[in-house]
Amino acid sequence: MSDNDKTRGIFPPLSRRGMLLGSAALSASLFMPKGLRAQDYPTAQVNTSGLAVTDDTVTVGILHSVTGTMAISETGSVQAEKLAIDQINAQGGVLGRKIQFIQEDGASDWPTFAEKARKLLVNDKVASVMGCWTSASRKAVLPVFEQYNGMLYYPTFYEGLEQSPNVIYTGQEATQQIIAGIDWVTNEKGAKTFYLLGSDYIWPRTSNKIARKHIEDKLGLKVVGEEYYPLGHTQFNSVINKIRLRKPDVIYAIVVGGSNVAFYKQLKAAGIDMTEEKPVLLTISVTEDEIRGIGGENIEGAYACMKYFQSLQNENNDTFVAAFKDMWGSDMVIGDVTQAAYLGPWLWKLAVEKAGSFDVDKVREASPDIEFPQAPEGYVRIHENHHLWSRTRVGRAKADGQYEVVFETEDLVEPDPFPEGYQ
Amino acid sequence: MNRVVSQRMFTWTELMGFVVLAALIFVVLPMTMDVFRLNLFGKYLTYAFVALGLVLCWGAGGILSLGQGVFFGLGGYCMAMFLKLEASSPENTAIQSTPGIPDFMDWNQVTYLPWWWEPFHYLPFALVAVVLVPVALSFVIGVAMFRRRVGGVYFAIITQAIAAILTILIIGQQGYTGGVNGITDLRTMLGWDIRTDDAKVILYFVNAVLLFACLFMAHFVRRSKLGRLLIAIRDREDRVRFSGYDVANFKIFVFCLGCAFAGIGGAMFTLQVGFMSPSFVGIVPSIEMVIFCAVGGRYSIFGAVYGTLLVNWAKTALSESFPELWLFAMGALFIGVVLAFPSGVAGLYNDWIETPIRKALRRSRGPVIAEPAVQQPNPAE
Repeated sequence: MSDNDKTRGIFPPLSRRGMLLGSAALSASLFMPKGLRAQDYPTAQVNTSGLAVTDDTVTVGILHSVTGTMAISETGSVQAEKLAIDQINAQGGVLGRKIQFIQEDGASDWPTFAEKARKLLVNDKVASVMGCWTSASRKAVLPVFEQYNGMLYYPTFYEGLEQSPNVIYTGQEATQQIIAGIDWVTNEKGAKTFYLLGSDYIWPRTSNKIARKHIEDKLGLKVVGEEYYPLGHTQFNSVINKIRLRKPDVIYAIVVGGSNVAFYKQLKAAGIDMTEEKPVLLTISVTEDEIRGIGGENIEGAYACMKYFQSLQNENNDTFVAAFKDMWGSDMVIGDVTQAAYLGPWLWKLAVEKAGSFDVDKVREASPDIEFPQAPEGYVRIHENHHLWSRTRVGRAKADGQYEVVFETEDLVEPDPFPEGYQ
Repeated sequence: MNRVVSQRMFTWTELMGFVVLAALIFVVLPMTMDVFRLNLFGKYLTYAFVALGLVLCWGAGGILSLGQGVFFGLGGYCMAMFLKLEASSPENTAIQSTPGIPDFMDWNQVTYLPWWWEPFHYLPFALVAVVLVPVALSFVIGVAMFRRRVGGVYFAIITQAIAAILTILIIGQQGYTGGVNGITDLRTMLGWDIRTDDAKVILYFVNAVLLFACLFMAHFVRRSKLGRLLIAIRDREDRVRFSGYDVANFKIFVFCLGCAFAGIGGAMFTLQVGFMSPSFVGIVPSIEMVIFCAVGGRYSIFGAVYGTLLVNWAKTALSESFPELWLFAMGALFIGVVLAFPSGVAGLYNDWIETPIRKALRRSRGPVIAEPAVQQPNPAE
């Protein structure tokens, strides 16, 4: 990639011809920013609630763990958000104003997240915050965002059962991720019996609850086991023995973080060969980032169900992956959450420009139905419930640490954070 | 001279110590800080309760507990349970499948309020529990350990194990405790919104008053015969025992007192920060609390407060300025403190300010019988 391309980001300046040809096909809102100049939007008009907006700049917050146990997962999100901000600035910024960011470290500690969120909103008066990763950190900052009326762009796939006016959820909620995957494994692999296991906290438990309801009530199939292990657990031999005994068709694994490394190594050592497809291993918690820790050879053949894989074949994604590697190094991998984090600044920018204002209330009002066709995962749209319409995909892990996409839903899946019949 | 010291409640330097600290906490900080920063300092001061308890247990009594987070957490959870029940009124939780119970119970398919949550509907019960629950647990631990003459490193390891056990218990029983998430989104106390700026300022002062109450109590314990015995126990436990004292009882008492302080600190933390989570209960926070005490100086009750403020303020300031490097700076600070002044900030003050002044005064007044230092750390320790 040439230097020239780098400064342009993924939205190369359009030639007049491109403008004429493209404007019909693409959403008109995307071209608005090209003509937007700060002097057309006086600060007094676009910021009536005292946010950190000047005539030339607007300040946002980045709030992730860059130290502590979560740093390994959250670093990708920080990088993606910085990349998006860079690209938006290269394109002229938001309402003619360059984005500045203040980065704070949540230190993998939920109370620290709450404290830093308060600092960003109260002291720094940031116009929006991109951040958080674990559900616990989101639950910790949520009251702060609601109290001070801030806007959070939250990138992780999560358990649902939540819908805050102060959060835009750019990852998938549980039903979007789970149901398509289980349907796929039932249809394609003829699965009849499932063994559910996960780490012991709310996301795996809620996800498995939805999975079990779907398997038993909707599909009429059987769950032959369900187990949980504490976060950071590394001894999975007993559950692996049980799996061998009960011979399920599908091992449905929602083990998170460092435990994954032990789990997949022990699974392989116990002779369960996932490349043979008996049993099928389906996970919703292993992205390319985690595979770096697990080692591709240990997870080869497993299936993962999420909305984004680095190997997605489309033009948006090619440009995104190239820009990401260009900025952060060629050995970087991009997982589902990293991509979702990248959407945050863009969706915020689009909402601000639709609203013609940085005020949080107006941005919130403008957010539903915002479309972002240039997303690396493909076209997405914000639902009224603040989650995204998105496709769900199944990928198969390869020894080189990448996924090969084997299935994707035909249509966008509607987000349903409070699913009827799955409670 | 010696008798005079033991009968007076304060020496002049101690009185000055109280006055300076009071001026800092009641005047300087509220005058110079905006509400956000004041609230942060309020949070730091809740850790000072724990550090103060450690000065008594560890500095005076020689009992090093690496599990103070347990007692801080228990106090905090008792308060959080009351606040959570108040925030979970049936109207506020109408969206849940079982309205009227805390939201995390609903997520975990708990459909009724567990019996041991019921009493926490009543504030007086919660307030008593804040102190009594940590004291009850520390009493059991104290009796089990000190009666069997378990001490030193073994005691430290066992308290650390208790911290680990309690964390696992809280995380594992997420339907009843909120698990890793903790108990979040606390709003009101008897209808009084604890999230407003006014409430934060008021809570800061309540916290400061309680801290001073605990400081006085700690001071009196140190002044009393009990305090002298504790130092004797720390330095030569067997001799105290041979003199006819029941060493275990003294140790149990001071350990329970330290844990009561920790419980109060935890409750004030919950009120000011608006939530409680297992990340204050485990091994790492417990060790951090010992570091606050060590940096301040484990022999000085004022040192505990200054040390806590210093470390936490450094933590905040460094992490704001260098979000990706601040942990290294903190590490360097701790190593520096341990290498350069092992008795902490208080030791530094004694060596470089108090002692030279006293010497100068003595020289100007002519020969006087030396006042015995109130606390003379055993150099062999």
